Amino acid sequence: MTSEQLTGAAGVAPGTPAIQLVDVAKSYGSFKALQGVSMTVERGSRMVICGPSGSGKSTLIRCINRLEIHDAGAITVNGAELTDQIVRIDRIRRDVGMVFQHFNLFPHLTVLQNCTLAQRWVRRRSHREASDIAMALLERVRIPEKASSYPAELSGGQQQRVAIARALCMNPSIMLFDEPTSALDPEMVKEVLDTMVRLAEDGMTMICVTHEMGFARQVASQVAFMEGGKVIESNTPERLFSTPAHERTKRFLSNLLH
Amino acid sequence: MFDYHLFLSAVFGWPLAKGALLTMVLSISVMTCSLIVATLFGSVAGSQRKALRWSVGGYVWLFRGAPALLILLFVWNGLPQLSPVFRQAWFTPFFAAFLALTLIEVAYLTEILRGAFAAVGKGQREGAAALGLHRWQIFILITMPQALRVAVPALINEFISLLKATSLATVISLKELMTLTQFAIATSFRFLEWYGAALVYYMLMVSVLTVFQTRIERLLSKGHR
Ligand SMILES: Nc1ncnc2c1ncn2[C@@H]1O[C@H](COP(=O)(O)OP(=O)(O)OP(=O)(O)O)[C@@H](O)[C@H]1O
Ligand SMILES: [Mg+2]
Repeated sequence: MTSEQLTGAAGVAPGTPAIQLVDVAKSYGSFKALQGVSMTVERGSRMVICGPSGSGKSTLIRCINRLEIHDAGAITVNGAELTDQIVRIDRIRRDVGMVFQHFNLFPHLTVLQNCTLAQRWVRRRSHREASDIAMALLERVRIPEKASSYPAELSGGQQQRVAIARALCMNPSIMLFDEPTSALDPEMVKEVLDTMVRLAEDGMTMICVTHEMGFARQVASQVAFMEGGKVIESNTPERLFSTPAHERTKRFLSNLLH
Repeated sequence: MFDYHLFLSAVFGWPLAKGALLTMVLSISVMTCSLIVATLFGSVAGSQRKALRWSVGGYVWLFRGAPALLILLFVWNGLPQLSPVFRQAWFTPFFAAFLALTLIEVAYLTEILRGAFAAVGKGQREGAAALGLHRWQIFILITMPQALRVAVPALINEFISLLKATSLATVISLKELMTLTQFAIATSFRFLEWYGAALVYYMLMVSVLTVFQTRIERLLSKGHR
């Protein structure tokens, strides 16, 4: 599989940003989880989002593939705005892969079946084709020997790599990561981050909620700092880490590093 | 004393075999229909829509609370009084028993399945939704198999209770296993032999179910340790 096949968003005008958020807001009851969030993620770039617990990072990323529904503002993915229309949501879910903090692998299916299920039911691929694609991606995340194991038989790091492969099987043009390494034991963090770095190097558009600042420094095009449902500031990793504009960002970063 | 010969001919004779067959057919039909309806009810029980949730809750409250005997008699004697539709030939004891037991069984199975569906974490549904699977695909491919693994022991337990509860239908003269046993006793006055033979049939059916349970549990527990 070429990287072109992995990252290309078919039928989208060149120059269209992969993701654009304009004044997005989301409340749970009277609690404002997101307020006035705007950001643009260009195709092939990597956005890292950090911020304290409860600042709305997960809510933001989950609005992009409509696991949460925003109340106001506009979210555009590959030029298509997210609305209630079911056809749109389908298209977006096909274009956007997601990796969760707790992997969310299907425990009753083998690793290979985890990777082929949605290919068969959503992409309508044949059993043979789906298996071939799944095996190719399991190679890519360096875990092909576990194809016939069940998730419970794998370490956390291995499970997360399978989850990445499972998402990639759908040929997404955008990948969302919500704290993919924070449920892992320290010695397994590296294998997952390495997988993500390789994905970034292949040109995948990524939005990644993480507190792994080494990873951010290495691959991020932009780092956004969130607090209280707002993006406080957003900049290249060099600038944000060396000269944060806001006191709050400075404090958060220094807490992370020490 | 115990007439061993009579006992054997009771076990291997036609009347009880026919009764057991009817018991089995009734139990299986009730269980199948109840499972389908309860799956629907159980999935609705976790829905956002209050009216649906409350209706299911009310149903379960009623049919879990009322004694089976009462519902059986209500259906058999009460419904014909309610409407002439139930006075026609198709409203047989078998159908009445089927209806009454299904009404009750749905309530119990709904409770079991509701709990089992809730036990499948939200993360599973979200993981599937993020891959582009539709709601009903998620339900059938992800939620159901995992919920069944949790529910199977309780479901088989219900099936066993149901199998025995069919004997209540003797009060509406359904010719199931217990009714035919009592017919035989009425003419022979041999209690031990006929009750013993009926017991053999019940134990046999329950044993088959237990074996089935072990099999299906093993099948569904794949991937879990
Ligand atoms: N379903 C929900 N119902 C009510 N409140 C919610 C819900 N989901 C999230 N929230 C609230 O919204 C706020 C933002 O949550 P979110 O999960 O986006 O934070 P986060 O930045 O991802 O935090 P963390 O680092 O802990 O994952 C939190 O205060 C949370 O309590
Ligand atoms: Mg979060």
